[in-house]
Amino acid sequence: MDGERITKKIGRIKFGLVSPGLVKKIGTVNIITPELYDADGYPVEKGLMDPSMGIIDPGLRCKTCGGGLKTCPGHFGYIQLSKPVILTTYASYVYDFLRSFCGGCGRILLPQNKIDSFSEKVSKAKRENNLSELRGLTKTIFTAARKAKVCPYCESNIDTIKLEKPTTFFAGDKRLWPIEIRERLEKIPDDDLEIIGFDPNEARPEWMILTMLLVPPITMRPSITLESGERSEDDLTHKLSDIVRVNQRLLENINAGAPEIIIEDLWDLLQYHISTFFDNSIAQVPVARHKSNRPLKTLAERLKGKEGRFRYNLAGKRVNFCARSVISPDPFIEIDEIGVPKSVALEVTIPETVTEWNIKWLKNFIMNGGKYPGANYVYTEDGKRKKITEETKEQILEELAPGWVVERHLLDNDIALFNRQPSLHRLSMMAHRVKLLPGKTFRINPAVVTPYNADFDGDEMNLHIAQTEESRAEAEKLLLLTNQLITPRYGLSIIGLKQDPIFGLYLLTKELLFTKDDATDILLAAGIEEKLPSPLKKDKGLEYYDGKQIFSMILPKDMNFISEQVISGKKVDFVIKDGILKEGYLTKKYIGAEGGLLIHHMFKHYGSKEAKKLIDTLNLLGLATIRKLGYSLSFYNLDLPDRVKEKINSITDESLKEVDKILKSYETGKIAPLPGKSLLDTAEAKILQALNNARNEVGKIVEKEALDSNELVAMARSGTQGQVLNLALMSGFVGQQALRGERISLGYTNRTLPHFEKGDLGARAHGFVGNGYARGLDPIELFFNAMVGRDSLMDTAMRTPKSGYMQRRLINALQDLKVNYDATVRDSGGKIVQFRFGGDNVDVSKSDRGDINIK
Amino acid sequence: MESWIKSKLPEEIEKKIFRSSLSAAKKQEIKKETIDQYKKAQLNPGEAIGIVSAQSLGEPGTQMTMRTFHFVGVAELNVTLGLPRIIEILDARKEPKTPAMMVAVKKKYSQNKAKVDKIANKIQQVSLGEIAEEIFLDLANLSVIINFNEKAIKDRELNYEGITESLLKEIKGIDVKERKKGITVFMKVPEMKKLYRLKEKLKSVYVGGIKGVTHTLPVIRDGEYIIQTYGSNLKDIMEIKEVDFLKTTSNNIHEVASVLGIEAARQTVVNEIMAVLNEQGIPVDIRHVTLIADTMCKTGNLLGITRFGIASQKSSILARASFEIPLRHLIEASTVGETDQLTSVVENIMINQPVPVGTGLPGLVVKIDKTKKKTKKVKKK
Repeated sequence: MDGERITKKIGRIKFGLVSPGLVKKIGTVNIITPELYDADGYPVEKGLMDPSMGIIDPGLRCKTCGGGLKTCPGHFGYIQLSKPVILTTYASYVYDFLRSFCGGCGRILLPQNKIDSFSEKVSKAKRENNLSELRGLTKTIFTAARKAKVCPYCESNIDTIKLEKPTTFFAGDKRLWPIEIRERLEKIPDDDLEIIGFDPNEARPEWMILTMLLVPPITMRPSITLESGERSEDDLTHKLSDIVRVNQRLLENINAGAPEIIIEDLWDLLQYHISTFFDNSIAQVPVARHKSNRPLKTLAERLKGKEGRFRYNLAGKRVNFCARSVISPDPFIEIDEIGVPKSVALEVTIPETVTEWNIKWLKNFIMNGGKYPGANYVYTEDGKRKKITEETKEQILEELAPGWVVERHLLDNDIALFNRQPSLHRLSMMAHRVKLLPGKTFRINPAVVTPYNADFDGDEMNLHIAQTEESRAEAEKLLLLTNQLITPRYGLSIIGLKQDPIFGLYLLTKELLFTKDDATDILLAAGIEEKLPSPLKKDKGLEYYDGKQIFSMILPKDMNFISEQVISGKKVDFVIKDGILKEGYLTKKYIGAEGGLLIHHMFKHYGSKEAKKLIDTLNLLGLATIRKLGYSLSFYNLDLPDRVKEKINSITDESLKEVDKILKSYETGKIAPLPGKSLLDTAEAKILQALNNARNEVGKIVEKEALDSNELVAMARSGTQGQVLNLALMSGFVGQQALRGERISLGYTNRTLPHFEKGDLGARAHGFVGNGYARGLDPIELFFNAMVGRDSLMDTAMRTPKSGYMQRRLINALQDLKVNYDATVRDSGGKIVQFRFGGDNVDVSKSDRGDINIK
Repeated sequence: MESWIKSKLPEEIEKKIFRSSLSAAKKQEIKKETIDQYKKAQLNPGEAIGIVSAQSLGEPGTQMTMRTFHFVGVAELNVTLGLPRIIEILDARKEPKTPAMMVAVKKKYSQNKAKVDKIANKIQQVSLGEIAEEIFLDLANLSVIINFNEKAIKDRELNYEGITESLLKEIKGIDVKERKKGITVFMKVPEMKKLYRLKEKLKSVYVGGIKGVTHTLPVIRDGEYIIQTYGSNLKDIMEIKEVDFLKTTSNNIHEVASVLGIEAARQTVVNEIMAVLNEQGIPVDIRHVTLIADTMCKTGNLLGITRFGIASQKSSILARASFEIPLRHLIEASTVGETDQLTSVVENIMINQPVPVGTGLPGLVVKIDKTKKKTKKVKKK
C-alpha cells in the first residue's frame, strides 16, 4: 500500500440499520467462547480476541487481511444470538410499530384514503429533503394509526400493547417476547413502511430486534499490557464477554430442554447485557459495573459529550509542526513579525519540494543537517522518510533529485500561524513573519496584544507552520496580521499602539521642542532618513524643531485628515493637511488600539501595508520620544491643589447632609413614595442617588481642575492608561459601595456590621467610603470595599462559562452560513437566510465603521 | 446586485445630494466615488459570514456584565440587561424575565404630563385588593364581603358591572352579588376550607386596566412623554384609543411575533440586542445582529439558538450530532435512512476534507485525457 497515493472524496454518508444479512457479510468470525486467551497467553480461536478481527500486537499478522499492526484496519466479528433481543435505543420505535400496525396481517391501521393523503405529504417532504417535517409526519401518522380498534384489512381485533420500560412489551396481559415482536414486524410490507417515511432498504423494523450482534474489531477495543505483564482488557471486551457467556448458557439450556422460567430469566439477562453494551446510562436499567465498581464505558458513552468521539476526536484535530511557549514583548520588532526561539526553529520545519531551481539551495540545508539552518528529514519521491544525520548526509545529498521533499528549519520571513486561546474570534489566530531571536520565548510587538487579548504575565501562545504550498499561500494572503488590521466586528482598526508610545506621541505632538540633534536622533530611531524641513525657529545658532514637524515627516505628503475630540470639556481639533499636522495632538483616539482613527484613515486611503507601516513607525517614534524624555509618576501626583480639596470636602459634607435630610423625611413619613416602591425603598433609592451624585461631582471637578502638568492626568487625557476618575478615587474619595444596585445591606440582624447600632440607615453604616485610596480606607470602609470587589470576582467567574456556552451555540447555529456567488447568504441546505448580508452585502472589515464613507 | 448598483444606487445618491449647492461635475464625482467605494466594500463569495457574525456577538460576551438590573436615575424601572438578556433573547424564551413595553401616546396628549399620567393610570393593571376598602369573611353565609373604596374606583375609571364581569371570568365556581357599597362573593359549592383561599385569591385578582401591566411610569423621550411599563400585553394595549400603537414597542419577542408577525419579531430581536450592546458600550455592527435575527426567524417561527431550535433544523446529521445529544440524532437518522450530503462545515472537518466555505469552496475543472487515465489504471491493478 505504501507509496500508492489514492485520492478519493467522500460524497455522502448514508445512515441506516444493520441487517442480520449485513452482519453475516461483514463479520469475519462467529464468537462462541467467552475465553480470551489460552494458558499460553495466545488468543483463543472464536474468542473475543480472535486475530481475524484485527491486530494490536506488533509482529503479528491479521488472519483476515494479512496486514500488520499499522496496515490492518480491524474486522468485525459477530455473535449468533440464541434468542433475539430488542435494541434498547429503538424500543420506542418498536412500541410505535406494534401499536400502529396490525399484528395479524402486518398492514398499517389506516384506511386507504388516509394512507393516500399521508403518503403524498411524506413523499413531498422526502423530495424536498425537509427532515423536520418528515419526522413530524412520522409521528402524526403513528398516532393516527394507533386509534384503530379493528384492522381495516384483515378485520382482526387489535391488542392493546404496553411497554414497560425499557424493553418489556405486553399484548394485553401477555408478555410479548422479542421472537413474537420480530414475527409481527417482519409481516409489515415495504409499501406501508414508505408511508410512514421509513426507508425499507435501509431500515426494516425487524432489524431493531437483534438476532446477530456485530462484534467491534479488536483495534477498537485494544487491551493494555500493564507493567506487571498482566493484560487489562477494554470495557467493551468485558461487556462482550458477558454477552457471549450468557448467550452460550442460554443456548445450552435451550438444547437441554430446560424449564421455560430458566430460559426466560437468561433471556432477560442477555437483554440486559446487550442493552448496556450499547448504552450504559439508560434510565431504569441498572448501570453495568467493572469489578472495581467503576461504571463501564460502553458504546454510547464513547460518543457523548465534550470528551466523546464527536467533539474530542472528530470535530477536534491534533496537529504536528506546532510549538507553544511563554510570550514576552519586544517593541522593536515589526507588528507582523514574531520572535521565534532557535530551539523551536530547529524542530518545527517547513517541507520544501525539490525542483531544479532550488536543489542547490536545499542542498545547503542538508549539508548543515541538525545545525541551524539545516534540515531534519527528507522524503523520497515515493514518500519514504529519511533522517538526516552525519552518516546519511552524504548519501542523501547524492540521491537528492527533483520531486523529493526536504524538511528544512525555519528561516526569517517564513510564514507562521500564531494563536492564543480562547480563540473567541478569527483574529485569535493570525499569520506572522518569523524572525529568529535568542531566548526561549515567543516575542510579539505589544501593539498586537489586543486581538489576541494577551498580556505578558505568563501567557502562553501556540505557533503553527503550514505544511502545504496552498496553506502557506493562504496564510500569507489572507491571515497575515497586516490584512487583519480592521476587525469585522465594527469596522475599525483593532490593532494600534498601547501605553508608552501613545504617551510619547502625545507629548511629542503636543508640546515638545527639540534641537536639530535631538530631532535627528528620534527620527533615526524611528527609521526615518529623510531630510528635515526648515526649522521652526533659530535661537543662539541652534535650530529648533517642534514635535508636530517631526511627526509630520512620517505622513504621506498628500494626506488630509480632520477630526476632533473633547478633552476635559474643551473641543480639540485635529487637522492634517497635505501631510502636515497643523492642529491638535495625538491621543489614543487616533493611534490607539480598538478604533484608532488615523490608522483606519491610513488603511482606507493607502492600504493595509501602509497602515501597518504607520503603526510600526509611530511605535518607534513614540518610544524614541519617551526614551529621550524619561517619565515617571510619584505620590506627589495624587496631591490635588488645596482649592480642589476644599471643593471635594464640601461636596462630601453636602451629600452627607442630603442623606440626613432624606432619612429625616423618611422617619417622619413625609417622603413621597416613587411609583411602585415602598417608603423605605424610596429613601434607599434617593440616598443612593445622592451619594452617587457626589462621586460624579467630584469626578467632574477633578476632570475640570486637574492640571495637565500632573503626570497622572496627562496619562489619562492622552488615553495611555487610566481615567481621571481614577485620580478622583485616589485623592478624592471612593464613594458609595453598591452591591447589585443597592447600598450594602447584608450582614447581621438589622445592621451591616456590629460596629453600628441596629437600624442605622446612615451613609457610613451602609457602605459609604469617605476616604480616598491615597489617604487610605479605615477598616470598616475596607471591608465594604472588599465586599464589592468579591462580588465582581464572582460575577466574572460566572460569566466566563455562560458566555462560552452562548458562543458555542451561536457558532453551531451559524457556522454553515456563507455568502454565495449570487451574494445571498444561505445555510448548508441551500436555504436563503438573507438576500444580502445585512441588507447591503457590505463587508464590515472593509467598511468605515459599518458605513461607506467617501470623505 | 450589479443591476442595483447601476440603477437604484445612483438615484438614491442623487436624491441625497440634489439640494446641495455643489456643481454638477462635483455631484457626478461623488456619485462615481460612492459606487466605487461601495463595490470595493462588497463581501467576497464564500465568506463564512455566519461564523464572523457569531464571533462578533460571542467574543464581547466575556466583557459584558452579568448584572441583571440597571438603574437609570432613581425612578425608572429595572429591566434585565447585559449577558443574561442577550442569552434570553437568543434562547427565544417564551417569557422574558422582565417583560416591558414602551407605550407611546397620541400626539395631542404627549406633551401634557397630567394627561399622560391619566393614561398611565388607565393602563396599569388593577387588582381587587387595590380598590377594596376592606375584604372580610362572612362565615355564617360562607361568603366574602368586599367593601369598595369609592374614590379608588372612580380614579381608576371602573364600575361595578365591569368588576363583577372580570371576577366571574377570572375565578371559576363563584357567584357575585352587587350591593350598595361593595359586592359579596359566594361560592357555588360552599366549602369552609376553601373560603380562606378564595379571600386571598380575590385580593390579587385582576379587575381593570391592562392585564399583566403591573407598573407604569411616564418618562420623557425625545421631548415627548411616553409610558414605560413593567409587564407586556400588546394585544390589549392596541385597543386603548389614546395610545399611539404604531410607536409602541414591547420586549417580549414571542408576543410581538404572535400579535404583529414574524417580521416585527425579527426587528424586535435586532433592536433588543442592539440596545443591550449599546448600553454596555460594546461596538458591534448591526449587520451581524440582523443575520442572527434572520437565522432565528427564517422558518417563520421564532427559533432559539438552542438544541431544540436552530440546531434541530439542520439538514446534516453529523452537524447535529456534534452539537448536543448525538445518540438521538443518529438513531433518528438511521430509521429514515437519512443521507448526509456533507454540505456543512463540521462533517467535512470530521472526514478530513476541505470545508465548503471560503477558500475551500472553489473547485478546479480539469480536462483529463481519458485514454491516458485508462492506461494508468491498468498499471495500478
